[in-house]
Amino acid sequence: MATQHSRSAARMMMAPAVILLLGWMLVPLTMTLYFSFKKYLPLRGDSLAGGLDWVGFDNYTRFVTSSSFWPSVQATLIIVGGVLVVTVVLGVLLAILLDQPMWGQGVVRILVIAPFFVMPTVSGLVWKNMFMDPVNGLFAHLWKFFGAAPLEWLSQASMQSIILIVSWQWLPFATLILLTAIQSLDSEQLEAAEMDGAPPLARFGFIILPHLSRAITIVILIQTIFLLSIFAEIFVTTAGAFGTKTLTYLIFQRVLESQNVGLGSAGGVYAIILANIVAIFLMRIVGKNLDA
Amino acid sequence: MARAVTSQRKTINTVIAWGVGLLIFFPILWTILTSFKTEAQAINDPPLFLFFDWTLENYSVVQERSDYMRFLWNSVIIAGGSTILGTIIAVPAAWSMAFVPSKRTKDILLWMLSTKMLPAVGVLYPIYLLFIQLGLLDTRIGLVIVLMLINLPIIVWMLYTYFKEIPGEILEAARMDGAGLRDEILYVLTPMAVPGIASTILLNLILAWNEAFWTLNLTAANAGPLTAFIASYSSPEGLFFAKLSAASTMAIAPILILGWFSQKQLVRGLTFGAVK
Repeated sequence: MATQHSRSAARMMMAPAVILLLGWMLVPLTMTLYFSFKKYLPLRGDSLAGGLDWVGFDNYTRFVTSSSFWPSVQATLIIVGGVLVVTVVLGVLLAILLDQPMWGQGVVRILVIAPFFVMPTVSGLVWKNMFMDPVNGLFAHLWKFFGAAPLEWLSQASMQSIILIVSWQWLPFATLILLTAIQSLDSEQLEAAEMDGAPPLARFGFIILPHLSRAITIVILIQTIFLLSIFAEIFVTTAGAFGTKTLTYLIFQRVLESQNVGLGSAGGVYAIILANIVAIFLMRIVGKNLDA
Repeated sequence: MARAVTSQRKTINTVIAWGVGLLIFFPILWTILTSFKTEAQAINDPPLFLFFDWTLENYSVVQERSDYMRFLWNSVIIAGGSTILGTIIAVPAAWSMAFVPSKRTKDILLWMLSTKMLPAVGVLYPIYLLFIQLGLLDTRIGLVIVLMLINLPIIVWMLYTYFKEIPGEILEAARMDGAGLRDEILYVLTPMAVPGIASTILLNLILAWNEAFWTLNLTAANAGPLTAFIASYSSPEGLFFAKLSAASTMAIAPILILGWFSQKQLVRGLTFGAVK
């Protein structure tokens, strides 16, 4: 049993982490909220010291009524949705494949996981230049080899290109988690099903997939949170052009490039709300796990 | 009894898995290969795979022209510093939550996790402004602090799940024998916790090394780590494939090697213990 003494010691030990995170959360969040109700254009002479004009919900309405808002929501949904579909479907297949007996399993695992450790700016630039370059990229060579005209990937198929790059980065994560989950599946159950004459597809649909459902949910939720805020991949490839301006990128441009802090902050508040909706579901699952 | 697997089936599995594995790994392999080519060979039509004149020239050019070592050093300081600082703050917190849990422990843990989900772009300007006011913009110490804060929840969580696995009876026994809190931590807990702490540090080094939102937005010439170094190859240097490849290889090599050691921790750390 914990004594009174150890309780207060425990509180002391927790304090630095709690205080730091509380500050990290509250200070910038309060500032963002504050700015979102103000007209704040630093390049036109607005400054904190000089006082900012209160504009009520103007920034909020202007952010959602601006012509770039809905396209950015659409871009965000397509990229997040596209990457989720690709990584989860391929992740399940890969996890099943890697779970089979084979020679050199460890090495194959390493090969599959490697992209996750490549920093986003590197994967963005390597794909953009060495694969998707319409003249010298490998895809161009491949297309020419089959007699097709090379594509200008990042302008003609910008969404698919971004989805490809980001999926390549996140596939290892999905695969690794799903593989961990598959390995916890009782193999006797599968053997019994096989002996009873269940074909592979039925075994997959009735045993493997239900067993994986929790892991898949976790993959989807965690990836969604990270994918909602992808930045560097777009920054170094299209810089938001060709319809790839996501909500995150739009806010970044409003805040730092055009320095409309009020408007960008209102956008930031929307992004925070959006992320929180996803986060609530994730927290429920993680929270349940804590009780177990 | 495990099912006997026919060697024919095993062969088929092996061939498919290696094919898929190499396909996924190919962009990295291709980057490494290209880094040893001359610029002319790098854009040769048809592409050259192995039969070209291997050269190290690109590596020296990249180092000379953009001072790779300085960026590398920044990456080491920023990733290493934020991880060590975060661990120092997180160990006591995770320890107390794992061994002296109270009714609020679960809420505190979940709340910490929720700070991780705050979209960075939502607080970009406030942090930017604070950095200017405090003179932290484009400094290594500034980035150490920010990356420490964004990774702190993951560090606490990982440590918590590891500490949870240390049987409480051992601590009770130590207490019975008259060990104080300090002795308990130093002589009983630490030896058992070292593997967990090492894994946590490993994963967070990787995350901090590859972080590319704050490092791109809060640094310029002075404190830029390798993520920013590579971003500077965006144009027009990106068209020089061999040099881009050499720069990329140098940026990812250290962490690729570390990463392969930490596959297991990756699952645990990034799912906040929800999948082990």
